[in-house]
Amino acid sequence: MSSPSPAPLPAPSHAARNSGPAFILKKAVLSALVALVLFSLMIGVRTEAGPEGLLIYWTRFGELAAIVAAVFGGSIVIELLRQWIGPVGAAGLIPAWLKDLMDFAGRWLTPALLVFTFLIPVIFYDQRYILDLAILVLTYVMLGWGLNVVVGLAGLLDLGYVAFYAVGAYSYALLATNFGLSFWICLPLAGILAAFWGVLLGFPVLRLRGDYLAIVTLAFGEIIRLVLINWQSLTGGPNGVTGIPRPTFFGIPLTPGDDGLAAMLGIEFSPTHRVVFLFYLILALALLTNWVTIRLRRLPIGRAWEALREDEVACRALGINITTTKLTAFATGALFGGFAGAFFATRQGFISPESFTFHESALVLAIVVLGGMGSQLGVALAALAMIGGFELFRGLDQYRMLVFGFAMVLLMIWRPRGLVGHRAPTVFLEKNQAISSDLVKEGHG
Amino acid sequence: MSEHILAVDRLSMRFGGIVAVNELSFSAERRKITALIGPNGAGKTTVFNCITGFYKPTSGAIRLTHDDGTTIALERLNDFRISKQAKVARTFQNIRLFPGMTALENLMVAQHNALMRASGLTFLGLIGAPSWRQAEARAIDLSTFWLKRIGLLERADDAAGNLPYGDQRRLEIARAMCTEPALLCLDEPAAGLNARESGALSELLLSIRGEQGTSILLIEHDMSVVMEISDHVVVMDYGVKIAEGTPQHVRDDPKVIAAYLGADEQEAIAVMESET
Amino acid sequence: MDYLAQQLINGLVLGSIYGLIAIGYTMVYGIVGMINFAHGDIFMIGGFIALISFLVLVSFGLTAVPLILLIVLLVSMAITALYGWTVERIAYRPLRHSFRLAPMLSAIGMSFILTNFSQVAQGARVKPVPPIITGGYTLHEGASGFNVQLSNIQIIVVATTVVLLALFTWLVSRTRLGRDMRACEQDQTMASLLGVDVDRTISFTFVIGAALAAVAGMMYLLYYGLVDFFMGFVAGIKAFTAAVLGGIGSLPGAMLGGLLIGLIETLWSAYFSVEYKDVAAFSILIVVLIFLPTGLLGRPEVEKV
Repeated sequence: MSSPSPAPLPAPSHAARNSGPAFILKKAVLSALVALVLFSLMIGVRTEAGPEGLLIYWTRFGELAAIVAAVFGGSIVIELLRQWIGPVGAAGLIPAWLKDLMDFAGRWLTPALLVFTFLIPVIFYDQRYILDLAILVLTYVMLGWGLNVVVGLAGLLDLGYVAFYAVGAYSYALLATNFGLSFWICLPLAGILAAFWGVLLGFPVLRLRGDYLAIVTLAFGEIIRLVLINWQSLTGGPNGVTGIPRPTFFGIPLTPGDDGLAAMLGIEFSPTHRVVFLFYLILALALLTNWVTIRLRRLPIGRAWEALREDEVACRALGINITTTKLTAFATGALFGGFAGAFFATRQGFISPESFTFHESALVLAIVVLGGMGSQLGVALAALAMIGGFELFRGLDQYRMLVFGFAMVLLMIWRPRGLVGHRAPTVFLEKNQAISSDLVKEGHG
Repeated sequence: MSEHILAVDRLSMRFGGIVAVNELSFSAERRKITALIGPNGAGKTTVFNCITGFYKPTSGAIRLTHDDGTTIALERLNDFRISKQAKVARTFQNIRLFPGMTALENLMVAQHNALMRASGLTFLGLIGAPSWRQAEARAIDLSTFWLKRIGLLERADDAAGNLPYGDQRRLEIARAMCTEPALLCLDEPAAGLNARESGALSELLLSIRGEQGTSILLIEHDMSVVMEISDHVVVMDYGVKIAEGTPQHVRDDPKVIAAYLGADEQEAIAVMESET
Repeated sequence: MDYLAQQLINGLVLGSIYGLIAIGYTMVYGIVGMINFAHGDIFMIGGFIALISFLVLVSFGLTAVPLILLIVLLVSMAITALYGWTVERIAYRPLRHSFRLAPMLSAIGMSFILTNFSQVAQGARVKPVPPIITGGYTLHEGASGFNVQLSNIQIIVVATTVVLLALFTWLVSRTRLGRDMRACEQDQTMASLLGVDVDRTISFTFVIGAALAAVAGMMYLLYYGLVDFFMGFVAGIKAFTAAVLGGIGSLPGAMLGGLLIGLIETLWSAYFSVEYKDVAAFSILIVVLIFLPTGLLGRPEVEKV
């Protein structure tokens, strides 16, 4: 697969001029100069509110020099790399290798990954950290699969997906703490409420297209968060909801008491039991999402979603009601978001508006786009890479988001169409062959 | 039962101050091929968009009469209902297939409304009910039938966007036919086709009229196609009808020749050449 | 009545700031058809650079306030403009002909980079500055002891906005560069065939947008007396709302939209609730897009079939 954005090749004479050491050096000096100006004040001078509220500052010219030097060196390295890869075809070198891997993955990795995932609690039973991380990754896999219905299949750009996650979480938290309803009753309710909000949002905004839809969904996400912060009597405001009941094993609590599951089974109680239970719970929810999505793709509604992404006008000419089609996509995505939210609330035992910022929406969207729009496996791998990678940088604390931002930009430049660059047809006569993503549209909504 | 499947009565369409279609009246006969021709900018596509619900006409009436005698006011329906309820299908001047979906998938999407009912609004389909499986098999059969008909059976599993231009044109017609329409509206189906391909197209359209009994309304610039297959021709210029009748009748009409001469020399030559 | 007059003045000042940011959104959207998500953060960077340069100048012993303000304005415009240029060069240009979602995500990534860059570089705490410009005029002394005030800083904000707006309107409508920009807006391929350097023109658009955002950042600093690394996000969304309200692609529209959003926000805070002022702004965005998708001064779009 070639990159969808082939840059026009420069004329040969031009290329020759652009490759000598003088050119590389000139470019590096220019980059360093730009960096010097950019960072002169922002890094060279550090401000802080001093005593008595007055601002003080001190200089950090050492750091500034180091960064400018790094930009200078980095520019040379990048330019050399570009010239080294350039003749071979910048897009062809690594992606070809990766594509083979992906083809291989498509056939064998899915079952292997599934088996491995099922065995995680057995393999890492004693390693609480890994179990927690696995639960986190699976939560994002589920969110990614849920959003994939809206963005990947229906081609509707939703930047406020976190709103449905929040609705699900708060639905469970409030229903459980105020009315004492159990998790298993609240789970479907949370999903239905989220889907209801999805329809409520969807109804007025579905006439909008592209970036406008994106910005409206973003605004909607922010409105939900602001209401959660400010409606203190209901949501507890910024303090959130505490004491959310932990899930039970279909009514049997996972506690050390006599009525707990451990006591009933006659085994020794361990807090890990609950973690393992939560792990299988989110795995089941994620697999349910996946199963439903795969089924829906082969049903007329799913095909209509994809057709909508391909060409909305043609859909109308074929008698497809685009309003209800879009609404079902929104509602289905929101439903899964709501489930994931309810799970999040029961796992944490505490939720606050802080967990539902725009950053979460962007993260889930990045997972979907990086995964390759519409590809279930790609989304799962992207969630693993994103959340896992995020954990690797845990020690870096405040640099984490900086790294995340850079990762997003670089990944988009490297693979604008995501990791899995093809679409599987939903029905076939003779041969089930993948369709290159170069042909697949991304929707206008 | 009316002989006319479609009756357009004093249709007008204005965009701001521009009158694209002015008091146009014509009708299309049942199980016949009616051609709408005219120089560029005559307002043909605007008429199409009014009939197929993409524009709401400023004034006038568009009546569709089905075989069973029910009459539908198309100007009051909009959007997807034209295809779903009135059974009017259309193609587009610049082909609008779903390029990232296979040829077969394109035809399956066209059967959306029938399949939606069969899948019990998705719920029966989700649990894989037998009735749904049968309906799906029937839908695949219908798609296969049409793929065979347009000679694309071997390419059923190829992405529509990968097909050659002429195949895409035919696939779009097959897709429209999969909605099982009473009236098929074709917007320049022969545009960009070579002589052999437009010959095949003429055959296809004649067989659709003959075998499926579908009425066809088409806009066309390719005069050889128009003269060969049309039963009735309506000529438009500057938003009004200037002539109508059989192909022979229209071809000899001095007003028609003048309109084409005034508009575009090459088209005028095409009109006159088709006489010989 | 006096209270209302005071709120109108305050709203006008806030609206000027939004309007300046909105111009950046509207120009970029007009020319490359994408929401420059990082633009709100460019505004924040502008505020920071104004703050730092101000601090440095004062510590050098400069005391003439007008001179300081002028230098700060020029420095922050220049450096922030370079930020705008760099953002376009790194995150958007490689994706210009890519598919639509890629630049959008790249822009979101850029926004995260800028936000967290300034958090890392300058710390997470809010940076207050003492009032630089004091004094003002009492326009009307109310009977109940409520006076309608017009402070010098408010005058400066509005005056600067008007002058810059005039300058950039002239730039876009009368100069070669402006003509190139409008040509690229219409049809980039055609423009490049006619000898317009499309890359350079788009770069200039980002540079101008960033420079105006820097002015907005500086005005914000002067008016509110503080900056923090997170202020770009909400201000960015509101400014985008302003651009949409005014009609995306229209310069006077952006300014008009900014003023309206500023007024609505101020009046909402004054008469209803401060907590929900952002909810009000975002709701307006949704309502406008639904009922008036082309904005107040935008050109209507005709659907092509």
